[in-house]
Amino acid sequence: MRVRSIGLWALAMTPVVFLATSPVAWAQTSTAAPITAKIDGKYGYWLPPDLSQHGSQIDNLITILHWFMAALFVGWAIFLVRCLIRYRARPGHAACYDLIKARPAKAVEVAVVIVEIVLLAGFSIPAWAKVKNDLPTEADTIRVRVVAEQFAWNFHYPGKDGIFGRTGPQHVNPATNAVGIDLSDEHAGDDVQTKEFHVPSDKPVICEISSKDVIHSFSIPVLRVKQDAIPGMRIPVWFRMKPGSEGNYEVACAQLCGNNHYNMKALMVIETPEKFAAWLTKAGEKEIFED
Amino acid sequence: MAAHDHHTHDGHQTHGHGHPELGFWRKYVFSTDHKIIGVQYAITSLTFLFFGFCLVMLMRWQLAFPGKPVPLIGGLFGETMMPGGVMLPEFYNSLGAMHGTIMVFLGVVPLLVGAFGNYVMPLQIGAPDMAFPKLNMMSYWVYFVGGIVMLTGFFVPGGAANSGWTSYAPLSVVSQVSRNMWFTGQTIWLLGMVFLITSSLLGSVNFIVTIIQLRAKGLEFFRLPFFVWAQFVTAFLLLLAFPPLEAAAVLQLMDRVAGTSFFMPTGLVVSGQQGHWTGGGSPLLWQHLFWFLAHPEVYVLILPGMGIVSEVIANNTRKPLWGYRVLVYSLVFLGFMSFIVWAHHMFMTGMGTRMAAFFATTTMIISVPSVVILTALLLSLHGSCIRFNVPMLFALAFLPMFAIGGLTGLPLGLPAPDIHLHDTYYVIGHFHYVVVPGSIFAIFAGIYHWYPKVTGRKLNEFLGKLHFWGSVVGANLVFMPMFFVGMAGVSRRLYDQTVYQHGANVQTLTQISSFAAWFFGLSQIPFIINFFASIRAGKKVSDNPWEATTLEWATPTPPPHGNFPVIPVVYRGPYEYSVPGASRDYVPQNVTA
Amino acid sequence: MSSAALPYTVEPHPLTGVYSGKLGTWLFLASEVMLFGALFSSYVLLRVGAGDAWPSGEATHLSVPIGTFNTLVLIVSSVTMVMAWASLKMGNLAKGRMFLALTIALALVFIVVKLLLEYIPKFRGHHLPSTNTFYALYFTMTGLHALHIIGGIVVIGYFLFPGAALWRTDPEYYTNRIECTGLYWHFVDLVWIFLFPVLYLT
Repeated sequence: MRVRSIGLWALAMTPVVFLATSPVAWAQTSTAAPITAKIDGKYGYWLPPDLSQHGSQIDNLITILHWFMAALFVGWAIFLVRCLIRYRARPGHAACYDLIKARPAKAVEVAVVIVEIVLLAGFSIPAWAKVKNDLPTEADTIRVRVVAEQFAWNFHYPGKDGIFGRTGPQHVNPATNAVGIDLSDEHAGDDVQTKEFHVPSDKPVICEISSKDVIHSFSIPVLRVKQDAIPGMRIPVWFRMKPGSEGNYEVACAQLCGNNHYNMKALMVIETPEKFAAWLTKAGEKEIFED
Repeated sequence: MAAHDHHTHDGHQTHGHGHPELGFWRKYVFSTDHKIIGVQYAITSLTFLFFGFCLVMLMRWQLAFPGKPVPLIGGLFGETMMPGGVMLPEFYNSLGAMHGTIMVFLGVVPLLVGAFGNYVMPLQIGAPDMAFPKLNMMSYWVYFVGGIVMLTGFFVPGGAANSGWTSYAPLSVVSQVSRNMWFTGQTIWLLGMVFLITSSLLGSVNFIVTIIQLRAKGLEFFRLPFFVWAQFVTAFLLLLAFPPLEAAAVLQLMDRVAGTSFFMPTGLVVSGQQGHWTGGGSPLLWQHLFWFLAHPEVYVLILPGMGIVSEVIANNTRKPLWGYRVLVYSLVFLGFMSFIVWAHHMFMTGMGTRMAAFFATTTMIISVPSVVILTALLLSLHGSCIRFNVPMLFALAFLPMFAIGGLTGLPLGLPAPDIHLHDTYYVIGHFHYVVVPGSIFAIFAGIYHWYPKVTGRKLNEFLGKLHFWGSVVGANLVFMPMFFVGMAGVSRRLYDQTVYQHGANVQTLTQISSFAAWFFGLSQIPFIINFFASIRAGKKVSDNPWEATTLEWATPTPPPHGNFPVIPVVYRGPYEYSVPGASRDYVPQNVTA
Repeated sequence: MSSAALPYTVEPHPLTGVYSGKLGTWLFLASEVMLFGALFSSYVLLRVGAGDAWPSGEATHLSVPIGTFNTLVLIVSSVTMVMAWASLKMGNLAKGRMFLALTIALALVFIVVKLLLEYIPKFRGHHLPSTNTFYALYFTMTGLHALHIIGGIVVIGYFLFPGAALWRTDPEYYTNRIECTGLYWHFVDLVWIFLFPVLYLT
């Protein structure tokens, strides 16, 4: 008992002692750029608009799945309610010791297994393989490196030479060179880094996702894109917008990354290829970054 | 932490072993009697469950009304965490991480396994106690200490752990930096986990040995109540799945306090500074080690609940469970499969097609025994005679709610739909359906069902029905909207979802969830009143008020030290209800002809 | 709650063929396999993931002669542990206690060698867990193993001194507890048999 009360007293005193002596750096600064543009798209209570060319595979699978789930649930619920009414305890009613053969239930079970196999092998695996393996090879594919940090998205374009300049943690300057581009590299001169994500509509885009500090997740609901940004890894993800999908949309973070995780958004501007090229040139001219 | 109903033991202790009468502390506080330990677990874990729920009731205000000061109690939390009564994002994240941790590790599992398992299982197998009574006592106290350690996290600078109950590295390693890393919330979380895991391991050894070695004569494995089978499989899950998380917790502790780089890759730049870690580590290593435990852990959360629901259903349908052997085989298969599905939590980590296909396949396979168990329980209602008492109401509600929870796991278990749904509110809706109107309803069913055996009195039916209807309506209104919020693309763990256009559009649904959560909280008041008042004022009942067949009802009430004045012999299966030709509509297991 | 009230504390159960304590010990060892298995798996994952960047040469220097010596020490201590149990089984408490004391002595040699000839020189030479992932794994895995050795020393020490009183009241039960301790001890030895080649010889 004495040991316990001494221990509790010591525990209670600890915050007093350490509040006085330990500086705590738990208030991290947000570096997310405030977004003032109006966001496009009609968002309701189900799936958001789908601006991608591969998203329909995912959406169709979600829809089929939910009809399947609803069918199962309604079937079970009807059976349940029927039993609750038919077999409720009342005078003159007794339970039957023998167990029913339940052939319909076994048939349903087999059907469930078959449907799951079909959905898995026939729908989900092909859709996944397409998203993972079929990286576009067209010449006009836009390549972007997406570098996540607490709490902003950085977009690194390779510029006219199409080659990304070398990067390294020692070159990072939070204010001017968040991605850490090494200026001494010959390919770095035309690189562009921004906090706004611009992409041309109806052109394939490959994003190489990585992170500088903790795990984030690059999420664009209207494109059905999601990919964890894991430090030490560079993971490709690709998509292609539908023609006519120009507008302003949002990039979100989908993995808890700290205090400003909720505010880690970036503006995604889908624009015509001409406008995109013009923007890229202008952004390139403005770029002056230092080590 | 004395057992609150010690008065029920006054004068009921029989000491047939010739050892001297134990003092108060040895009898009620440091007891080795599984029943006292079970009650200790129940009180402690119900308290933690309540506390964890209070955390989320606080969070739901911020979710419903982002940035607005919390009314009435906003000033109680200090200016560091809630300046002006508005919670800071770091505090919101602490509440979230601790809510998850407390509910899973300090609330539901200790209740299902430590409380129900400890109290009921030895009685149901006709044993005088657990195989290792002193080890049992140690398990409880190590759990208790672990719980206290977890709570101290709230009182250190920087507050309690705030990197999610999943504590993903590198966030969990780089967050809450302090001159003394030992006194930070995340480090304390890791130390607390070591205690809790140790408690669990000691307990699981005890459960397995007890069930194998101490069954009464005639109680073969296929005559065991399904509740005991559920505890048996659960114990194996705890025994084999927890150690990797213990190892991982030690590794993360080393990364935080010793500067190692188990989970820290090379070249990190945190808040503009290069990290001091030498690198070479892998963030994915943490995820693999964590989910290797945490997936079996979710089966630990549900299996004992299925066991409880099975007992209550068999008893209140007055007929044997449908497909007892099928149930047992499904249970064992489920336990085995639960070890090979873990990476379905990691589909978005850059997984290739082969690995994703493997884990999606095992996940689809594991849905089969779950469906079989649910179907068997539903079929058990066919041709029955259903008594709608309060335990049965909760057990019946468990069935469709668990169905919803399980079904919504399908879009998450397939990698392609998971691209859209991963880490959204859809996931939160899915697992809360399984845990709240699933496990917690099973817990309520168990409390109403076994309370008369522990106290000799029944809980009040009217208050029970009030509790039931409020909980059913409340739980559904909290979690059903989350599927829609998630489908709309709203990520989880967001301090304020209205920052996004797609989030702002479904804010109404979030507000509905918040009001429903507070309503759910109010609905627990009749239960709390009932629980305490019925100890003295509840209707006194006989030793077997539910006319049940299993052995725990063959003991005096409350069972004395040693449980059975005469060790029972078992002659029949566990659910001999409505046997043709019998004089009553139930035949207990220990009755000969 | 005396042990006599619970069945199968000493006599074996007809289904399993063992007394409860032994079954419990085997189950506990299964969980320990998962614990060390997780650490070995971490080693594999980190090493494969690092590829060429895995530290080598001077950055991973471990003394094979010292490791070999410690391996032999532990193997002999396993033998003395069995001898202790065998002596007790044959009713000889004095011999049993002597072998238990020998086991503790050998275990202490292991710990002292590890501490004085390996850990402390490494720390002095600035080879710390934070130096690279190899050392991080080396210190963590051998450190956890050493903690298990120390735990074993405490348990054996208990049975050597205060716990030996049990011999007077229930010699068979006492012998069984030594047997279970022996099982644990052999397991800890076995873990070292895996640690030594993985860390020292590769």
